[in-house]
Amino acid sequence: MMLTMRNVRLELAEFPLLVDLEIAGQVTAVFGPSGAGKTSLLDLIAGLRRPTSAHIALDGRTLADTARGTFLPARERRIGYVPQDMALFPHLSVRENLAYGTARGKHAADGGRTPVASNPRLDFPHVVEILEIAPLLDRAPASLSGGESRRVALARALVSAPVILLLDEPVAGLDQRLKDRILAYLERIRTELELPILYVTHEADEVMALCDEVLVIERGRIIERGAPSALFHRATQEVFSRRSSNEEGAKP
Amino acid sequence: MSGEEWEIVAFTLRVAALATLLIFGPGIALAWVLARRDWPGKSLVETAVMLPLVMPPVATGLLLLELLGRNGPLGGFLHRHLDLTVVFTWRAVVIAMAVMSFPLLVRAARIAFEGVNPRLEQIARTLGAGDPRVFATITMPLAMRGIVAGTVLAFARALGEFGATILVAGNIPGRTSTLSLAIYGHVQLGQDADAFRLLLVSVVIAFAAVWISEWCLRRGSRAR
Repeated sequence: MMLTMRNVRLELAEFPLLVDLEIAGQVTAVFGPSGAGKTSLLDLIAGLRRPTSAHIALDGRTLADTARGTFLPARERRIGYVPQDMALFPHLSVRENLAYGTARGKHAADGGRTPVASNPRLDFPHVVEILEIAPLLDRAPASLSGGESRRVALARALVSAPVILLLDEPVAGLDQRLKDRILAYLERIRTELELPILYVTHEADEVMALCDEVLVIERGRIIERGAPSALFHRATQEVFSRRSSNEEGAKP
Repeated sequence: MSGEEWEIVAFTLRVAALATLLIFGPGIALAWVLARRDWPGKSLVETAVMLPLVMPPVATGLLLLELLGRNGPLGGFLHRHLDLTVVFTWRAVVIAMAVMSFPLLVRAARIAFEGVNPRLEQIARTLGAGDPRVFATITMPLAMRGIVAGTVLAFARALGEFGATILVAGNIPGRTSTLSLAIYGHVQLGQDADAFRLLLVSVVIAFAAVWISEWCLRRGSRAR
């Protein structure tokens, strides 16, 4: 998988999102404080927002190119997006929620222009089995617990046969026990489905647990990137050295 | 009740239903555009749509009369090219009802559309749904309660329309006389018993309309 974003500019409320990067890893974390532009970045990739300027391509397929006026609509991008509030359709059962995106695999919405690299690992029964949601299929979304609705939202994105998965804080607001369970499911998605994941979070332990690479974003800019262990190791060192130098300075 | 009175009831129901049917498509479309799109001059359109709600109905009726009369810009055109007379016919009744009910339908439907989380529509798009499918499978079902309520409200408003109708359609027995107009006519002539009979019918119709809409909503929510 290769996602390239060149000269990206998107106006946000307080600052512009300015990005120039390539993502090739398996699971890439987008790490940063709230309001840094993480969700906007995902919206941009999914085609839910139009950039002021950008050239965005996924595996050689142009998603957006403002210089040429190209903008592939969200429905043709084949990007699995699990937003922070999960956005399960409240009037449909879990089964119907899952089925919503599966029509695309059989007859592509764009009339077959997009090469459908069908991934047999993403078929309905397999995804249901991996996320263990078979007992939930006939339930209404409103009756699901926090952990259950997250698994259902993940499953719905997966069975739509995406080429990349965008996850916006998929374990935020869960207690540690549930968090570990969902992370275990994500680990299975990573190893068994071989689907690249872009993982937005502001928790370092999630990055350490799951991600191969981390992009640190602050006020709309990627300020650092690297392997999680190296990055957090250095950050920890910096904090400690800052603290010790402060203590030295405080000495009379 | 006399056959004549039943005819008034049937006529009123028919024209009110026709007026509601007439405004349903444009009303829903306009409500959606107002809820989901922004363009310069939007507030002007919003205000214009709401005008019949705040203007005196008689003033609206007078405007319609000027517009649709044989010498009016629209009425003249229809008369010359289609040999169609609007004022003081059943058509004028339908138009007066439609104009007066339109803002109520648009308002209710707009609020209903605004209550649908746009994130749901966006995610439906990432799942491969085009705009028509998103509208039919996500937006409409989730806004359905508000739209049904708005439609019933518009229909009820049409049933009771008086001020605009009497100016643009008159109160011609057997031709443009609706329930409201007939009640007014009876009272004017001191035929109180006749007026009360029609009043009772009005109450029954209004009750039935609200009850049916409540029933639809209950059924709709059970199906989920």
